Amino acid sequence: MTAVQSTTQLNRPKRAPTIWGPVIFLLLPFLVVYLLFFIWPALQTVYLSFTQSGLTQTGPLIGLANFKTLLADPDFWASLLHTAYFSVLTVIPLTAIGMATAMLTKAGGRLRRVAQAVFFIPYVLPVSVATLIWQWVLNPNLGVVNAVTNSQTAWFADPNLAMPAVAAVTVWWTVGFNMLLFLAGLQNIPLETYEAAELDGARGFQVFRYITWPALWPTTALVLTLQLVASFKIFSQVYLLTGGGPFNSTRVVLEYMYDTAFTNTDAGYASAIAVVFFVVILVLALLQNLLLNRGRS
Amino acid sequence: MMAARQSVWAAVLGIMALLILMAIWVAPLLWATLTAVKPELQAAAQPIVWLPSPVTFENFTSVLTTGNLPRWYGNSVASSLIITVFTLVLSAMAAYAFSQLTFPGRNLLFLFSLVGFMLPFEALLVPLYKLMNNLHALNTLAGIILPQLVSPIAIFVFRQFFDQVPKEFREAAVMDGASELRIMWGIYVPLSANIIWAIAIVTFIGAWNNFLWPFIVTNSPEQMTIPVGLTQVQSAYGLHYAQTMAIAILGGLPVILAYLLFQRRVTEGFLSASGLKG
Repeated sequence: MTAVQSTTQLNRPKRAPTIWGPVIFLLLPFLVVYLLFFIWPALQTVYLSFTQSGLTQTGPLIGLANFKTLLADPDFWASLLHTAYFSVLTVIPLTAIGMATAMLTKAGGRLRRVAQAVFFIPYVLPVSVATLIWQWVLNPNLGVVNAVTNSQTAWFADPNLAMPAVAAVTVWWTVGFNMLLFLAGLQNIPLETYEAAELDGARGFQVFRYITWPALWPTTALVLTLQLVASFKIFSQVYLLTGGGPFNSTRVVLEYMYDTAFTNTDAGYASAIAVVFFVVILVLALLQNLLLNRGRS
Repeated sequence: MMAARQSVWAAVLGIMALLILMAIWVAPLLWATLTAVKPELQAAAQPIVWLPSPVTFENFTSVLTTGNLPRWYGNSVASSLIITVFTLVLSAMAAYAFSQLTFPGRNLLFLFSLVGFMLPFEALLVPLYKLMNNLHALNTLAGIILPQLVSPIAIFVFRQFFDQVPKEFREAAVMDGASELRIMWGIYVPLSANIIWAIAIVTFIGAWNNFLWPFIVTNSPEQMTIPVGLTQVQSAYGLHYAQTMAIAILGGLPVILAYLLFQRRVTEGFLSASGLKG
């Protein structure tokens, strides 16, 4: 890309000399903040991962020791497994329900505006508002769900139910964003395509299978990719709903990193977790992109 | 004839499915609201008391007058507004430079600015905490605000919009001897007003809702923002379910209102931020 641009620049008539004043004035404020609070910490994370450091003082370089410990750390692998489990429980449902709510909303006639607001409002709530509400709704003794189903289920304290319950809350909380993307995708399918299909005798599910689904695929691929990364970065809901329990059965990677850094004050080891985590996310996103683009052609 | 009947059935089924889903999505919010307007004893009664009698706003007044809720509101309003204004100004300036000025290394620097897209903020928590500790900014408003001023997405979106402004406008203004800042402020910003508003509202909602960073950088209750403070209510207000729901509703109200008032802008903002529109 840069090669193409530099050739076009060469072919251009002679450029006026750069006036640096405005360039510096306009870019400097952003660059200072960006370097100080983004690039510098990013480099620091990598550096710290090779050190034995506490939360307040940076210690000596210890080579790959943190990474060696990490690869042999059963707690880390367990947290990675829990993160993957949460992703399995959320990526497909959030994509499917996002698509379904978008299609139903679009076909909803007069309900359309209300429906869009209803599905989207949870997404604009702070995470702690969502979790407070659901802790109350799913309260074991006084909650409305258990009252209606006449049970005493401890949703967030049962090792088998805790993660699915967190996943369900997450679906409720965030599906609105995916719905929005799908609504925009549906908007881009020309009406004539549907009319032509109808003339050809396509009905109901056939229209979805042969028109909507393929036309919507770029949106679906985008949603799947965004959702996988978002699901892997799970922290707040788990932390607030279960605290990683019961018996660490819902402790995800970012919570393990948080515990390591801020409870055990082991900044070096926590940074190693962050580095590995970043690589895992990057690889996953790339793999998924490859896979989805192949499915498209 | 068959086909027409079939599509009527499909439409009816669709509406029914929609209504059921809407009911599921509304129910928790409705139940939280009903709980918040009940007297405490009714909220925790067994068997369940479905409807409040009488409806009371006592829970709202009591949480607004005791405890730290007003402070959290203040901190949230202040930090979110400052973050929104600074993010917009920094991003618009940078985007204008990337869009309209020519200088060596421009494309490289633009790509470098977008690296932030890919770095998960979560991976920066530890060094940012150390940095804030060194700057003595833990438990301060500045500490909450500073790392939230960078928005590569805003720069990306603004640049796209500035690129679409016809070049003649700028050329004419340059001939008249206007400074770059004036051209940007007088021509490019007004012409992109819609998208700037959209990004402003989305930035505000994002800053208001940010949990992770304020949670890391504050631990004294007076300095917390709403989303962080809400995690303290069980210890601060005790196990009062009706009051807790009143607090939850008050914590979500500003963003719900912002969304309902500016629904189209919010939609537009989120879509352009995701790269789907623009």
